[in-house]
Parts: sequence; structure tokens; C-alpha cells
Amino acid sequence: MSTANLEEFRQEIRTWIDENLPSELRVGTRKDLPKKLLSQWNKALISRGLVAPEWDTEYGGGGLDRKQAGIVKEELNAVRAPKLRTFGVAMLGPTLLEFGTEEQKREFLPQIARNEVTWCQGYSEPGAGSDLASLQTRAVREGDEYIVTGQKIWTTGADKADWIFCLVRTEPDAPKHEGISFLLFPMKQEGVKVSPLNLIDGSADFSQVFFDGARAKASHLVGPLNGGWTIAKRLLQHERTQDGGSEGGITGAMKDTIFDLVKREVGLDARGTLQDPTIRERLAQQELEQLGLRLTMRRAGEEMRASQTGRDIASLGKYRWANMVKDEQDIAMMAMGAQGLGWSGDGFGADQLERTRAWLTTRADSIWGGTNEVQLNVIAKRVLKIPE
Amino acid sequence: MGLILTEDQLILRDMAKSFFDEKSPVERMRELRDSRDAVGFSRDLWKEMGELGWIGILFPESVGGAEMGYGELGVVLGECGRVLAPEPFMSTVLLGGNAILLGGNEPLQKELLPDVCSGNRILTLAFQEKGRFDPYAIETKASRDGDHYTITGRKSFVLDGHVADQIVVAARTAGSSGERDGLSLFIVDAGAPGLTIHRDNLVDGRNGSHLELENVAVDGARVLGTVDAGADVLDAVFDRATVGLCAEMVGSFEEAFERTLEYLKTREQFGVKIGTFQALRHRIANLFAEMEFTRSIVRDAQTAIDEGRNDIAEATSAAKARCSEVAPLIAGEAVQMHGGIGMTDEEEIGLFFKRLKAAELSLGDAIFHRNRFAHLRGY
Repeated sequence: MSTANLEEFRQEIRTWIDENLPSELRVGTRKDLPKKLLSQWNKALISRGLVAPEWDTEYGGGGLDRKQAGIVKEELNAVRAPKLRTFGVAMLGPTLLEFGTEEQKREFLPQIARNEVTWCQGYSEPGAGSDLASLQTRAVREGDEYIVTGQKIWTTGADKADWIFCLVRTEPDAPKHEGISFLLFPMKQEGVKVSPLNLIDGSADFSQVFFDGARAKASHLVGPLNGGWTIAKRLLQHERTQDGGSEGGITGAMKDTIFDLVKREVGLDARGTLQDPTIRERLAQQELEQLGLRLTMRRAGEEMRASQTGRDIASLGKYRWANMVKDEQDIAMMAMGAQGLGWSGDGFGADQLERTRAWLTTRADSIWGGTNEVQLNVIAKRVLKIPE
Repeated sequence: MGLILTEDQLILRDMAKSFFDEKSPVERMRELRDSRDAVGFSRDLWKEMGELGWIGILFPESVGGAEMGYGELGVVLGECGRVLAPEPFMSTVLLGGNAILLGGNEPLQKELLPDVCSGNRILTLAFQEKGRFDPYAIETKASRDGDHYTITGRKSFVLDGHVADQIVVAARTAGSSGERDGLSLFIVDAGAPGLTIHRDNLVDGRNGSHLELENVAVDGARVLGTVDAGADVLDAVFDRATVGLCAEMVGSFEEAFERTLEYLKTREQFGVKIGTFQALRHRIANLFAEMEFTRSIVRDAQTAIDEGRNDIAEATSAAKARCSEVAPLIAGEAVQMHGGIGMTDEEEIGLFFKRLKAAELSLGDAIFHRNRFAHLRGY
């Protein structure tokens, strides 16, 4: 597409957003958005093919090229449109496009693009967290089916999911990375039990999932039998690029920034300086960290485009991002003091209660998707090439 | 200008790298230190850098410069940092030269800068009077006396002062110490009556000096910028010198990092390479992140100056805050991970440790620049 055509396309998307996105929703992806408006907006995204803009139209996508899809993303971000990024769109879709059979793509991708089927991810197990490849959930072939037995944990949205993409052990005697397969099966069946986990932040989005003779069609095994580990790792890359690459902290999803909050909670003196010099310094450090992350991820992109070889600096994203968002909430707690210790009640502002929950929620950011320690191991081994 | 080096800058970097590898390995800096060299750097090497056009990178073509920017100068300074070259970029180009460039009228520039560019004139800036960096804490007085000024006071931490041909002296023409208003900048010749220059040796092997000024007379035509508003020039000079210093620091701590990484891969204890220990792997992986983040921020500050952005002060303080935080972290870990050998004068890692400490505290440490950054950002 020529530059002029791209500009025309941008105008077209802008107009479409103006017509379809109400101002109440232009606040980023938040949990407390008005449900009716959100559902209308999601429908509009679906009918315009913008849930999965880069997928082929035959799979329910928007059929856009990379530049057009980039424009869509930029325009949606510019107005802080809430995202419809499901597990299906962000992780399973790209994985099926790469490894799935034609039948699997035709069966699953259009449902994902229309947001008709909700997926969950069956990866972690009680005994397989950072050491994911030691997973024990078994799948045994029986005619045209696999029979699945075992347990998963940290399964986001399992209680609402229709289907699961699940790592299962299909060859128990092989070395641990070589006996794993990638299997799809429905959640609403006998043999699948879901038990939500209550987390420290009061949420219950994660569940434990128990399989006792759950059934999967043999034709729903993705990629080669016992070749699931490669697919699993590839899918994790899709997961990691979602956040390490994103700019700024989780402030984007909150009503006011950490800077607004600290100014309000701590107060400014006559010179316009924060009254507490220690918190002021912490805040400056936080802002410098945000700046460093933003500029370094931008530099990683420039290096890639210019084919300048060097160490993979994009690998730093997830690790530093996690520390940064945690630190942001630590500063908020420090600034709020006792007002940050509320769980509920009129004695606390809604924004204060929200910050406290965010402080708790963000403790997970250095754990999921590869703990900080795993990230550092990866950097030491693969980026700095220090022999083990 | 982006966050990565341009093709031309990559060529310049390769040139500078082979120049310093060949002519200025770290041992050269050690020899200058140990022989108590009268100059403290190599005048011949400095002139060679002049011929290569590196001294004049920032200066206009009309005075013999190359009229390029901090992106290019940063490349050369980074390579200086990698080999700890003590040549007088800071005193002559970043401080003294910038004061003339930003505050001097055309006759002064024409008189002084051509010899600077060729490496035949050494300049410096005398601003500091107490230990901690505090840009306006200046008590040295200059009083008007007909068509000239008379300066009296003391200055410390004057880099390369003992070999400078001219010293730009920041003195108070009004107000009192700590105030931004009332400062003025004067070009003082090294041989001026009433000026005594004492050489000091610094912990990083570089040249410091302290000055005594007793009724030193300076012609009114040799004032830089506007009388009483010298801080306008001084602030701009400090920002630019700081960004230059950051580029040198990045070179030094990258080198210290690389050497330490190599040590982890080769040093054996308990029958294995020490790099197999997770306690060290995690720490050096984190240092890598600190280093790369800082490099991005420093590059952005260079771009801010070269593109004339309106956030030069902010970008500068961001860069120095990070450099001054990360330099002692990397240098300290470098010595620690080298173990006992890291404490010996013979092992070069200690030379990097000392240079980085000097750079960390020069022109404002991390606390100074974090506070300045916060102030500029409105909190």
C-alpha cells in the first residue's frame, strides 16, 4: 500500500472509531467499564474485523497487512480504546496459524475472531511452575480420542472458559521436554472440574482445574505428537511480548497517574516541590525507570529494523517492567500511608482502594510468564552467553 | 537522530576504537600516573586528535571545527572512556570550549577556538569552590574598576588548570553565594599577575588544581555572556558538559562490564567457572539491564541537544542521574566479582572503579540530578 493510501486508511479508521467508540470507554482497559457500552463496542470491533486485524478473512480476520494493522493499533491506543485481547486472539490464534492443520484453523479461528468461544490456558501445574516441562497431566490415546487425567493451576478464567489449550504428557518415558503434546478440548464436560482460587488481592480470576477422564478428539492435537514443547515455548513468546513491550506502568489503566496520586497524598510546598524529599526521589527513580524502559524498547526496535547486531536488549523488557510496576505501587502505598491499608469501607476513597488492590495484584508480575529469577537465568545464558 | 548510531557514527566509532587500541591502551594512562608526568596527558596525542577533527567536533567550521554534534562527540568520548584516556576533552572542549562557544562574541571565538580545535590551546573552567556540586555556590568576587574587572577568591577542582592557557573563571559581580543571579564569567590568562595555580593529583589519575586569585585584572572585553547573568551561559555549559561526561561514563562502565563478564567465564573456583554460580549470574544479568537502560537515556540526551529540543535540561539530568547511579553499581560489582585481584593496583579494573567514582561525583551526583529532574518535571 502506498503512503497516500495508508494515510487514507488511517482517516477511515479514525472516522470509524469516532462513530463507534463512546467517550465513556476512552479510558483504557479497565474492569469497571459500563457493560452494555463495552459489549456494543466489542460487537463493532468484531463486525469490522478488528479483533484479529492481521488474520486472513477466511479465518475471520480483518485481512490487513502489517502496516495497516499497525495503524489500527496506533489509532486505538491513541484514544485509549479498551482492548478485546483474549487468550484466543493473543495466544492460541497465532499458534494455530503457525502450527495448526487447515481443518483446525477453519474450525477454531473464526470463532475466536468473533469472540464466540472463550479459551483458557492449561500450562502450570502444582508441581510444574517455573519448571514447566516437568508437567504430569497425562493424555492416553483411546480410539479417536485422548483421555486426560491430572491437574492444572493458575488457569485464568477457567470457570468461564468453553475450551482449553492444554499441555499434556503423551510419552511418560521420554526425556521431559520430548514427551509433551499440545491438545485442545472442551471444558464443559464430565471429567473437568474447576475450583477458583482466591488471591491476596481479593480476585478469583485464577482456578485450579482437575481432569478425571476428560475427553479430547485426537484430531485436536496441534503439531506433532510429543512435539508440544516447541509450540508451548512459541506461545509463551506471544504472551511475553504483550507486556514487556508495553510502555509505562499499569498507570495507563488507572484514573490518575502515580505522579498525581503522590502530589495529592503528600502535598506540595510553596515552591511546588513535594514535601517529602525521600518520596520525591523514589518518584524520580520510578520515572527514570519508565523512561529507560520506553527508550530501550524503542532502541530494540530500531536495532532490529537497521539489522544492527548486538545483544538482545528486548529480553530485558519483562523483567524490568515487572519490577517497575511493582515499585510504582510500592510508592503509592508509601505515599498513602494508613489510607492505603483499606480493604473496604467509606473511610477510603475509591481510588485509594483501587491502588491497594493494584499493589497486591502487581506482586504477581514478577512471577507469571517466567519469574524474575527465570528471566535473569535466560539473560545470563542466552544473552550474555555465560556457560552453565 | 534515533537511539542507535548512524552509519557515519558507526564508521567514526570503528576509527576511534582502533585509534585508541593502538595508541592508548589503559597502560598508557597508568604510565602517565606513575611517572608523575608534568602534563598528565599526551600533548602529541591530543594534537593528533585535533588533526583527526575530533577536538573540533562541536565547533563551527569558521574556527576550524567540524560543526557536528553530541552524537558524534559522544562516540569519541565513549571510546576514550573504554581506555581511560586522560586527554583534556572535559576541561578544554566541554567546559572551557563550550563557555567560549556559548558565551563568547565572534572576536573571542576567532581568537581562541582555532587553536583549541588543532589541539594547541588548553582551556578550562574554574567554577567549584566547595566539595559537593552546587552550581551557584560561588563567593569569588569580581569588582568593576574602570574598563576592567578585578577578581579575588579561591577555586578548587579546576581540571587541567596547571597546563591551561586560559581559565574561564566564574565569579560573583552581585548577590551572595547560592544565588543564581549576579554571576559573571571571565577569561583569565594563565600568566595573569595575581593568579597562582597549584596542581593536584586526583584519585583517578587525572589533573586537578586549585587557584588563588588576588586582585587579578581582566579586561571588560573578556567577559562571556552578560554581566550578572553568567548563569545563563553556565547552565548551558554544565548541561552540555554533563552529557559529554555521561558518554564517557557509558564507555567506561561498558568496558568494566565486559571485562567482568569475561572474568566470570574464565575464572575457576571449586573446580568450576565462577560464572556458573547463580548468585553471580543474576547479578550480572541485572547489571546488563541497568547498563542498557542508561545507554538509551544518554543517547536520548545527546539527541535532545543536537535537535535543539526544549527539554535539554530534563534529558541531561535524567542521563546523569542514571549514570551516577549505575556507574558505582557496575564498578563496585566489577571489583567484587574480581575478588582479591580486584583490589590490586596491578589489575586494571580498579582504575575503572576510580575513574567512574570521579565521574559520578563530577557535575552533580545521582541525588542532585534526581532532584533537579523532579523539579523540572513539576514535583
